[in-house]
Amino acid sequence: MADTFASGRLPHAFTTPGSSSFVEFLAGYAPHLLPANRPSLTADVQAPHGTTIVALAFDGGIVMAGDRRATMGSMIASRDIEKVFPADEYSAVGIAGSAGLAVELVRLFQLELEHYEKIEGSLLSLDGKANRLATMIRGNLGLALQGLAVVPLFGGFDLDRRTGRIFSYDVTGGRYEEHDHHAVGSGSVFARGSLKKRWRAGLDADAAVHVAVEALIDAADDDSATGGPDTVRGIWPVVATVTESGYLRVPDEQLAGVAARVEDERRAAHRAQHRTGGDAR
Amino acid sequence: MSMPFYVSPEQLMKDRADYARKGIARGRSVVVVQYDDGIAFATENPSRALHKISEIYDRVAFAAVGKYNEFENLRVAGVRYADLRGYSYDREDVTARALANAYAQTLGTVFTTESKPLEVELVVAEVGRDAAGDQIYRLSYDGSVADEHGYVVMGGQAERLGGLVGERWRPGLTLEAALAVAVDVLGAPGDEGGEQRRLESAQLEVAVLDRTRPRRAFRRLTGALLADLLGGAPASDGPAPGGQSMPGTDETT
Repeated sequence: MADTFASGRLPHAFTTPGSSSFVEFLAGYAPHLLPANRPSLTADVQAPHGTTIVALAFDGGIVMAGDRRATMGSMIASRDIEKVFPADEYSAVGIAGSAGLAVELVRLFQLELEHYEKIEGSLLSLDGKANRLATMIRGNLGLALQGLAVVPLFGGFDLDRRTGRIFSYDVTGGRYEEHDHHAVGSGSVFARGSLKKRWRAGLDADAAVHVAVEALIDAADDDSATGGPDTVRGIWPVVATVTESGYLRVPDEQLAGVAARVEDERRAAHRAQHRTGGDAR
Repeated sequence: MSMPFYVSPEQLMKDRADYARKGIARGRSVVVVQYDDGIAFATENPSRALHKISEIYDRVAFAAVGKYNEFENLRVAGVRYADLRGYSYDREDVTARALANAYAQTLGTVFTTESKPLEVELVVAEVGRDAAGDQIYRLSYDGSVADEHGYVVMGGQAERLGGLVGERWRPGLTLEAALAVAVDVLGAPGDEGGEQRRLESAQLEVAVLDRTRPRRAFRRLTGALLADLLGGAPASDGPAPGGQSMPGTDETT
């Protein structure tokens, strides 16, 4: 930072025209603030790890949902962490992987989109947003190789095509458009199985929320790092819809209802199948 | 032996100030008025893309008159400054006062050290939780800062138009009433004996910092919404300034 406020005026980095990217500005002016520019690790670190995110498309938008657990080895580091965020008004981002880095990356991504919007006076296209996120993940590759990977799931409402779209990423920054539904994180294997069976074309928003919550419950059933709905403390997954009218977080009351319904259905199904057992009395 | 021309510092500064003032006077004025739920900005600007009024941060906005390339540069710098500050500290920590200081330093340094002063005049405004918390700073080409209350007019006719706003503005106006004042003043005759112009919504650039909005308070008012606000204003028919604002006529809630 050779050129600082020494002369009193704003440094040249601030008045250099041409770039609408906050990340590029930061890389030039204050690179130490970028999440990827931190000292490399010499030993294994134990840091909280976020787990399962699911997303699915429905008629007129997408649903994204994430469980609330973060783990550190075999310990539960947090039972109410949030991993699904609004990226801007018309998109959502959910992140699995190293929690500290993920939250910082989301903060930077949100700022990147808002910065562009303020400087250009218009929104980035949904593909543009997805590509910006890919670039930021690519910058994190060094840390990913040392075990601090961040794997996002991105989705939003495409204002040009008038439809919801979902994008997945790998740690190298590869960007893939997903159709219908996708899941990332440790419980994703089980969540994907559940989505595959439950998702169908022509879902409405409420039905899609139901499918998403059910997929998370299935993931929590078989993956120790994914947390199910916590009825004792009243902690429900973070579920959001993104439609033409923007990002909307599904209220806890609705989620409590959905979780209770899924539980009731499964309890009834379980009883029906085991009627010949001990509880026939 | 040749003698270099001697120019006294007073003369030098006066020449620069005259130069900057002349540049600023060529542009159309911007009116900034406080209303009950925030701060409104209005200017005559037929362009939908080249803005004179912009969002800087959640509760901070920017308005400028003068040379477009110069204030656009300052606007972008302000967005970068605010975003950097909000990213390294917290969103709460971005204030209009800090930004106004940074702008003042920049304008002042350019005015004294560079060959040409910036031909711009700026307003940096921040909307608070209530009207008492609102801040409006006006910055001149030479880096001087004024902490304004209630309303500001910038541009060529600033003083005269400011007087007109002052006759009609009072605390607690509704948005409609505040816009009516601003738009009437923008359309006021240029000199004695001129005609009052009635400005349509398509000729105007209007934005507000609305304190009731949750995070980003800045909102542009365009199209039908703006036409509605202007059309529904009780004071917009009366071109005579002062006519609607006699003490005691309380149309606000």
